[in-house]
Amino acid sequence: MELNLPSLPLETAITTKLDEAIGWARESSLWPMIFGTACCAIEFMSVASSKYDISRFGAEVVRFSPRQADLLIVAGTVTYKQGPILKQIYEQMSEPKWVVSMGACACSGGFYDNYTTMQGIDQIIPVDLYVGGCPPRPEALLDALLSLQHDLRTNKYNPQRHKNFKGSLDNV
Amino acid sequence: MFENITVTSDKIHLFIRKKVADGFNYLLDITAVDYTEYSTPQKEDFAIIYILRHENFKQHLVIKTYLHQLIIDSISYIFKGANWLEREVYDQYGVIFTNHPNLRRILNHREFIGHPLQKSYPITKGQFLHEVDDLIDEMNNRLLSKDVVCKLDNGYFSECNKDLMFLNLGPSHPASHGTIRTFVALDGETIECAVSEIGYLHRGFEKSCENHTYSQIIPYTDRLNYCSAISNNIAFVKTIEEMLGVQITKRAEAIRVMLLELSRIEDHLVCLAAVLVDMGALTNYWYMYNPREDIYDVLSKLTGARLTNSYMRVGGMAHDLYSGFEEDLQKVIEKIEYGVEQTLSLIKHNRIFHDRTQNVGIISQEDALSYAMTGPNLRATGVSFDMRKDTPYYGYEKYEFDVIVGSVGDVYDRIMVRFGEIDESIKIINQVMQTLPQGEINIKDASIVLPKKEAVYTTIEGAMNQFKLTYEGIKVPLGEHYSSLEATNGELGFFIVSDGSGTPYKVKVKAPSFTSMSAYPQMIEGAQLADAILTLGSLNIIAGEMDR
Ligand code: SF4
Repeated sequence: MELNLPSLPLETAITTKLDEAIGWARESSLWPMIFGTACCAIEFMSVASSKYDISRFGAEVVRFSPRQADLLIVAGTVTYKQGPILKQIYEQMSEPKWVVSMGACACSGGFYDNYTTMQGIDQIIPVDLYVGGCPPRPEALLDALLSLQHDLRTNKYNPQRHKNFKGSLDNV
Repeated sequence: MFENITVTSDKIHLFIRKKVADGFNYLLDITAVDYTEYSTPQKEDFAIIYILRHENFKQHLVIKTYLHQLIIDSISYIFKGANWLEREVYDQYGVIFTNHPNLRRILNHREFIGHPLQKSYPITKGQFLHEVDDLIDEMNNRLLSKDVVCKLDNGYFSECNKDLMFLNLGPSHPASHGTIRTFVALDGETIECAVSEIGYLHRGFEKSCENHTYSQIIPYTDRLNYCSAISNNIAFVKTIEEMLGVQITKRAEAIRVMLLELSRIEDHLVCLAAVLVDMGALTNYWYMYNPREDIYDVLSKLTGARLTNSYMRVGGMAHDLYSGFEEDLQKVIEKIEYGVEQTLSLIKHNRIFHDRTQNVGIISQEDALSYAMTGPNLRATGVSFDMRKDTPYYGYEKYEFDVIVGSVGDVYDRIMVRFGEIDESIKIINQVMQTLPQGEINIKDASIVLPKKEAVYTTIEGAMNQFKLTYEGIKVPLGEHYSSLEATNGELGFFIVSDGSGTPYKVKVKAPSFTSMSAYPQMIEGAQLADAILTLGSLNIIAGEMDR
């Protein structure tokens, strides 16, 4: 759907599919919740500040309450000790929601292959986008955001996609 | 100046008390060593290490005591800072400290079984946590000890004459600057009692060191205090170089000083920007954060990475400064000065800023020393301990600069000390750049420094040398050594035990944020909730360094 048409005559009707209209609306109104734990969170600060400026892409309303957010950005190392907290935050977010895993640690444990670091947050919550890097450059996170927005616009995300997800903390 | 002493465990308390009376009354660190797999047999399998500093701040003392059984008396009644340090040793090594007021795990979670730094614990054996600690029993003990509640005959607690409300600040909280949790009992807006829980970012640095070569550990050190990565690099390689007994070149020393100061500025900028945001002063954030981006630009041009630089190597550094570095640095310094000036003009004479920060979150000199606070947090109380002056290294004695101290030890002092230090660091950087010696940046020792790439690709010796150094690591002579320097947050030290191989037998970080955080609950008790947020921000707790 293209909205930057030359001026529309008054009383014009646009026909579209409901899904597409919703997708278009969602695209530029993502409210991220940042679960920042470590070095990657410092890079997120850069993404949010003036040089990289996430607000250019309509996702600057950073929330710290999961209830008000629909995009969870996990930035930093997640340890086993944080596991239940991250899971609770994810569950508190209302549908529809998306999860971006920022940095090697959140994606796979990074180079912390040891007794305390969770080997990727997808062991406990479903992830939609992985951003590699240690830390990823701000451009990489913005790229992830753009690709998420593209997929929202084209309705790629099936609301049922994580229905069968079962994480390591789910069987208790 | 330092000495290593071994004392038997039954005499240790007398000995430490005697040393305290002699002036060694500043506790740096407590840790343990598990010798079960050590190359040369020791008296016992376990030993406890105490590291003390003299009140003149010039000497330190490493005391070792072998343990026949994993049990020893607590020294938390001598030093307040020992409380958390002993908890860590208990958590990581399983040593029981008798008479400890609150011996429970600190870094690992409550469902964790075993003690990970014991050699018998497999490095990669993870354990899931299913339910977070509610901290209620710790809180109850604290409330009881402060007479806020009384225990009834039936075992329940009663709130004597207060209507308490319990609240969690963190672990996921915008003002917790990482994942730090503080559980508070509120009476209205006033915090009656507070207990902090750390360890959410405990990512096993010290254990991971035990299966990596010395050079492989350098990238891990970046991620301790990730706001000033290079200073961690330098503190680590400095310790190794001292163990190897090598002296780096004059040019390398000067470059290290310059980068230490640049990292200090970098770190202070984030801390100050963040604490001002916590106060609601958002404008300052942009003034402070933008010059930081400029520092990132220079650093990524120099080292290839914005944040995690890994620029140092044992014996020197990865490569020399690029041509044009000096001009870039000059431009950055101008931008920093501009950012600081603009921020100060907004807050210096600002009544709201003064009211929010002055006489808030005070810690006395005495307590700060007893908690082993260091760096700007200690200097804000009026103690002029700065390793750059007290035990100069890398030629710091040549440069002219002042140690900035506060007088009250409140949030205001901590903020202003950091502003002052930015100016002093700029002074040092300018002096370094004016007197930067020419010459090599790496020492000439094929058993330490990697050969030049041309040699690796064209000669068999070069290729062999590269392979051996990379594969086996730098062989550090058998021994135990503690060394430290003045990083952004204060004395950052490494205690390293080497068994003569290319991999450390044990590494312990003396982390300034850890001890600062241990004082935090006491600092906010009696304060308002909103002030607790500012107090935390002004301490500049970096979770990566605190939890390791
Ligand atoms: S991925 Fe790298 S930069 Fe990010 S949190 Fe992990 S160690 Fe830090």
